[in-house]
Amino acid sequence: MIGARKHRVMGPLDYGRRMWVRLSLWATLIFLYAPIVILVAFSFNDSRRNIVWRGFTFKYYEKAWNNDALIEAFTNSLTIALISTVVSVILGMMTAVLLWRFRFPGKAPFEGTVSLPIIVPEICMGVAMMTFFADIGWPRDLPWPLNLGAITIAHISFSFPFVAMVVRARLTHFNPELEEAARDLGASQWQSFRDVLVPYMRPGLLAGGLLAFTLSLDDFVITFFTSGPETVTFPVKVYSMIRFSVTPEVNAASTALIMITIVLTAIALRLQNRT
Amino acid sequence: MESWRKNPRLFWLFAVPPSFWLLLFFLVPLALVWVLSFGEKVGLVDVVITWQPDNYMRALDPLYLQIFAKSFWFAGLTTAVCLVIGFAVAIAITFAPARRRPLLLMLVMLPFWTNLLIRTYALIAVFRSRGFVNAGLENLWQWANGLLALIGLGELQLLGTEFEPLQLLYNNFAVVAGLVYVHLPFMVLPLYAALDRMDRSYIEASLDLGAGQIRTFGSVVIPLAMPGIVSGVIITFVPALGSFLTPDLLGGTDSQMIANVIERQFKSANDWPFGAALSFILMYITFFAIALRALWVGKRRRGLAA
Repeated sequence: MIGARKHRVMGPLDYGRRMWVRLSLWATLIFLYAPIVILVAFSFNDSRRNIVWRGFTFKYYEKAWNNDALIEAFTNSLTIALISTVVSVILGMMTAVLLWRFRFPGKAPFEGTVSLPIIVPEICMGVAMMTFFADIGWPRDLPWPLNLGAITIAHISFSFPFVAMVVRARLTHFNPELEEAARDLGASQWQSFRDVLVPYMRPGLLAGGLLAFTLSLDDFVITFFTSGPETVTFPVKVYSMIRFSVTPEVNAASTALIMITIVLTAIALRLQNRT
Repeated sequence: MESWRKNPRLFWLFAVPPSFWLLLFFLVPLALVWVLSFGEKVGLVDVVITWQPDNYMRALDPLYLQIFAKSFWFAGLTTAVCLVIGFAVAIAITFAPARRRPLLLMLVMLPFWTNLLIRTYALIAVFRSRGFVNAGLENLWQWANGLLALIGLGELQLLGTEFEPLQLLYNNFAVVAGLVYVHLPFMVLPLYAALDRMDRSYIEASLDLGAGQIRTFGSVVIPLAMPGIVSGVIITFVPALGSFLTPDLLGGTDSQMIANVIERQFKSANDWPFGAALSFILMYITFFAIALRALWVGKRRRGLAA
């Protein structure tokens, strides 16, 4: 009899089926997604007033696409993100291997210092970078893309510790016997690193790289303090547009950025799940 | 793990580049700000390092103390709201069917991956006086007014002669709502991790032994989830305290937080030494909060071992 009614009677531990639990989950998801969904939907709305639906249009995407300043900012952002990702992956990989492989004096302070850029409030990092580049007299009028150097350096500083974290998590499951076997079979130090360790780290390197890329592409606060009038990134440009007014054009630009981030995140998650 | 002495060449090859980068492009900038915080502005652009704690003293001025208090209040309130909502969401995910859990977890985490600036902008469109919340309320108002007219109370104008939009933007409410919106994923993840690890037979035992659901929650679930709660509180509170964008875009003139004051010193007010002192105070508070958590973890570990 109990078996027959099993589907209807709620056990004391069936919290997942309780009304208030379900309600709070759905309410939270709506709270999290409604603003974003509205933003995306109204980027296709054929009206300047952002509130009444007047039909589907791509014209704001066209407008955003033809906005030279916006496209320039976007190109800057992509350039910075690409360079920052490459350098962050290399530095992060080195840090991860170093911490995973070696015992050395001062290891604990080093570890602490590496995680510091993750902990320090963004605003503090931003003003530190601003002060640094002002104090050393970093040239402001370099030709593109060299003028993006200051922003790129700042991005690498806060990205590579994240890469190190991801790669190190991957390395904890590495079986050191694999490397020993390679060495026994006559591989040099470098060969065993290149042919055994690097392939093993690859999913971590890719996930870390995608993380670094999105971190760089998304960063506003730190960039805000290191960018000049000639070196505007996409978030900085969007910020000044938002300050000015709420327009469907900003919605279109934002939607494009959201899509890029979602695609990159999906790839990163898939890579991580495979490991 | 091997000693660095066994393979010094490889060790240096891997140690030098990241250490060099960290030193030059992170520690040196921080040190410069630290030195700057003991400086004094003379003239429009020049700064003299006097090694006097004047800037830190100035931060104790009631005007700035009030901003610190406000920042603490906003961040604390945000953390409390996130904890309540986050707990319910974490329970919902933990007790959801196993095959649906990864999807739910991803749904909660995905907004975290969306640009902070864009999420804040999305909130503006919702909260504006002619935004969606107010449009919905206006509909409700018209509907209620129609209903009143229908039952013959139309002349009394019980709901006012005109719909007055709620002021949801550019005030303290908007800042806290925005901070909750942005930081909720930070809270859900550690809570979920703690609840997922929890042995459910403890709950069963508590219920079997006659404790009610509420008592079980208070004396079994919460203590078992404590590590997750502490982690969640710290990683929500710390970034919320240092928020710049949310109060900047959603707040009014009286809802500025520490980060906004720091930004003003570096950008418009051009008083870098004072801004430097404020950012070091913010950093000390951050480190203090993280140290508290480490202390708590250590204490608990010793307690469990004993």
